[in-house]
Amino acid sequence: MKNVRRRYIAIEIDSNEAFDSREFMDAVWSAVSKLYGEYGASHCGLTLINYDLEKQVAVIRTVHTSLNMIRAALASITKINDKLVAMHVMSVSGTIKALYKKIKKQPI
Amino acid sequence: MKKIYADLHLCPNLKNVEHITKMINKASRLGYNTVGINLYQNYNEQEIRKLQGISEEANIDLISRIDLKPKTPRELIYNLRKLRRRLEVIAVICESKNIARHAAKDRRVDLLNFPSLDFRRRFFDKAEAELASNSLTALEIDIKPLLILDGPSRIRLLSNLRRETIIAQKFHVPIVISSGVSDIMLMRKPKELVALASLFDLDEASALKAVSENPTLIIKRNREKLNPRFVAPGIRIIREGKDC
Repeated sequence: MKNVRRRYIAIEIDSNEAFDSREFMDAVWSAVSKLYGEYGASHCGLTLINYDLEKQVAVIRTVHTSLNMIRAALASITKINDKLVAMHVMSVSGTIKALYKKIKKQPI
Repeated sequence: MKKIYADLHLCPNLKNVEHITKMINKASRLGYNTVGINLYQNYNEQEIRKLQGISEEANIDLISRIDLKPKTPRELIYNLRKLRRRLEVIAVICESKNIARHAAKDRRVDLLNFPSLDFRRRFFDKAEAELASNSLTALEIDIKPLLILDGPSRIRLLSNLRRETIIAQKFHVPIVISSGVSDIMLMRKPKELVALASLFDLDEASALKAVSENPTLIIKRNREKLNPRFVAPGIRIIREGKDC
């Protein structure tokens, strides 16, 4: 079986409100399935790895072939529970360790 | 070499300095090097200087831009004559076929923008593309409608954009992707605009060009023309005086 190449994405959640991890993931799943349908969403292998409620930073995992789909879906999110929100990809990496190293250098 | 990213279409509330400052600062934080702010027709130089002061503080290059919405070709020509030597980027919002054709023909127009969601009212067809290609006019695609629309209207818009980008590429019309937003929360990073462009099948290399090289080229060309030493493309005054 072919080894699955994964990508870890750090996301900055830009909003005046705070959202919990469930609301965040619901919004991401909803955006992916709206743009690419349930069939497309099933290829993404989307998983939440970490969610920092205080810093409003989330780390998700996807397969490398779906990275652009996830980027587009994240960019298309404008609201969570009718509250304005923008999600910006901070960094993308092939390992969690490298991802945390990268985002440590960036100001949030 | 590091890419220079430009968003040529920001529409802040020009009466609210705080809003403009926030928008420019956010653009800088999102990784843009250049932003174009949509001015109204009766702007004054003092206002532009004030905006430039704000952008210098944010370490970002500011472009003066105007969206012309003429009702007749005569009005378009009048406005172009009045504004071309004063502003760096001129976009024409094409709301009728007649205006679209005249704008595409005119070398003084930098960007063609088609705001309508109705298929029949988007006039970027092969004839339009051929005219635009000859006059170096670019097709501007605003991302804002993709963010605010939903359901069938977004589907229809994506289908129109897909058709238009295919035509533009076929006729070598440069494509410029801008945000076109007036709300800070709708601003996106350049790479996010590139990802959104994949929704209408624009490949990554072309989309990257549309947010970096193509707008930068327009700015460079126009700044050269606005320079008092400019005579004609490729001809500049280097030295003046009796000893020449």
